[in-house]
Amino acid sequence: MYKILHQILRTGIQTETPPEANPDYRTLDAQHLHEKILNCLGRALVIRHVDAGSCNGCDLEIHALNTPQYNIEGLGIKFAASPRHADLLLVTGPVSRHMTEALKRTYDAMPEPKLVVAVGDCGCTGGIFGESYASCGRVANVIPVDVAVPGCPPTPTQLLQGILAAVRNT
Amino acid sequence: MDKQNLPIPLTKTPGAMPAWRSTVSALELHSVCAKIKDDGGRMVALWGTDERERGDGFAVHVALANQFGLICMKLSISESSPEYPSIDDLFPVASRMQRALYDLLGVRAQGASDQRPWLRHGAWPTEVFPLRKEVDVNADYPAGKDDYPYVQVTGSGVHEIAVGPVHAGIIEPGHFRFSVVGERVLRLEERLGFKHKGIEKLAEGMSISEAARLAGRVSGDSTVAYAWAYAMAVEGVAGFTPGLRSLMLRALMLERERIANHLGDLGYLGNDVALAFGFSQFWRLKEEWLRTQHDLFGHRYLMDCIIPGGVGCDLDAVGLSRLHAEADVVEQQVRNLQDIYHEHAGVQDRFLTTGRVSPSLAAQMGLAGLAGRASAQALDLRAQFPAAPYDQLEVNIVTQRNGDVAARVMVRFDEIYESLRLIRLILAKLPDGATMQELPPVPDNSFGIGWVEGWRGEVLIALHTGIGGAIHRLHPHDPSWQNWPLLEHAIIGNIVPDFPLINKSFNLSYSGQDL
Repeated sequence: MYKILHQILRTGIQTETPPEANPDYRTLDAQHLHEKILNCLGRALVIRHVDAGSCNGCDLEIHALNTPQYNIEGLGIKFAASPRHADLLLVTGPVSRHMTEALKRTYDAMPEPKLVVAVGDCGCTGGIFGESYASCGRVANVIPVDVAVPGCPPTPTQLLQGILAAVRNT
Repeated sequence: MDKQNLPIPLTKTPGAMPAWRSTVSALELHSVCAKIKDDGGRMVALWGTDERERGDGFAVHVALANQFGLICMKLSISESSPEYPSIDDLFPVASRMQRALYDLLGVRAQGASDQRPWLRHGAWPTEVFPLRKEVDVNADYPAGKDDYPYVQVTGSGVHEIAVGPVHAGIIEPGHFRFSVVGERVLRLEERLGFKHKGIEKLAEGMSISEAARLAGRVSGDSTVAYAWAYAMAVEGVAGFTPGLRSLMLRALMLERERIANHLGDLGYLGNDVALAFGFSQFWRLKEEWLRTQHDLFGHRYLMDCIIPGGVGCDLDAVGLSRLHAEADVVEQQVRNLQDIYHEHAGVQDRFLTTGRVSPSLAAQMGLAGLAGRASAQALDLRAQFPAAPYDQLEVNIVTQRNGDVAARVMVRFDEIYESLRLIRLILAKLPDGATMQELPPVPDNSFGIGWVEGWRGEVLIALHTGIGGAIHRLHPHDPSWQNWPLLEHAIIGNIVPDFPLINKSFNLSYSGQDL
């Protein structure tokens, strides 16, 4: 136990280090983003994620949102295990034909009002996989999409910006 | 190769890795597989090609590894009777590959124990085989009925828990059917293929350079391994050897990818036993690691950094010292965290003896890569067949014998330290020179192999070129094909709530096997 406490103390609070290397992201520093999200949501947004056929790159960046640096739960946003508890559906990948049914059912299981954010180049346009005998292409070909966040994969900050954009539309 | 002592003529495949090819008859295919197996060899991959426009029906290709390298056998099959002898009696891992081959090319394994579809659910009709050349990649088939016959376990008190394809987390989709009595799992049946997005068919319409991007997106967490394997296959066909600087940079990126994934997994393994502290600590380290990659190489996951001909990025003195300093910090931090995991009674109670795969079962079933090494399978391409620059790095294979979650955790810790050692060595040895050279055109109708030890295990790329620099057929093989069947064994006798932990300790790719 001593070692855990020691490590926690030594590590300090790591939350909020927006990726400063890219000036394009400067328009929204983390503090600013936190404030806007809290203004819109009060304190809660529940997200359900569905991977509809990604290469798993976008999914890695969604995991990264849970790191101390982005501290998404500190913003009142959390991921739910059930679509019935979710306000927003985050969809990665082109939608493979084998996943269309599961994606539609997940969407249908969410209570109204509901939001959908399509993630990554594949979610936005079908990306490199496009439409084929096996792929329906972009998420909007299967369910209504409110916001599409491009990138291969989009960074955690871009994902946060996309989630925010969806919430502000309502 | 007389020392191979195989009853078939072998032709060396040009390229960085030791590989041979041979054309075999149906009888020879099975007997040579049996001989290689008896000599301690293992099965790597199985795929098929449509050779009809070359006047040669279909072909089945089987890649096996023995102590000398890779043996790729090609069996020609007539269009009128598209069958070949099953080898799943010798290599159980062949079963799903054979089922996938039937779904995609309509070539059936005679005598196979399981003839159910694998990658085809309902997206295309039973009489359509997408990898046949006459099938249009953009064909739009009406959704068919998907009625998959799962194996039913019967008996007093047995019930089923059906999970997926959408899981209760941020995970790739697949279906797991548990047959349980109380909390204890009697049997798990996996069903994959939900992510099938036609990668192999797409590749057929691409040029050599276009397909590099595609290869890097077969499984995003292993993009470096796939991109290198693809580049290796192309360069082998083209008769080109990249400069040492670019090879060293490739190895640097491969080791960084290994560490990034191990850090992430160690965090989640802590999380899955209710030590959220572990998640925060390891993912903090991983996030910093990814940011360094973005700053120095231009991409957080190093996508598209390796391209045929070399690498698309370089390292200056500032970058070099940053990587050195980072390696020291990460090593110290990971050692602290390992101490904490090791001394935490709750963590060890959950890790030890959970999800065990014995060394003998691992050997019999062909458990690969990291999970294999945790079950005493001392297999690592970087040490067994060290292609440049690994011939200068003397990689130490990390193994454990217990085959449980704890062993897979230990292998990850030790591989982080070994990869950090390799990174320091690479930084010290990094020679001057070009990072990118022009690639000679690839010859028509040739065959190349890329074979790389990714963080999860060995990634194979088989490349068949067509005419005028086009791709006739590209087959990417993920080590997850080998390891998914073992997950079904690892869970037997464990309780349902330990499944997420056991699954995470393997961390297999869905995308890489669904293709």
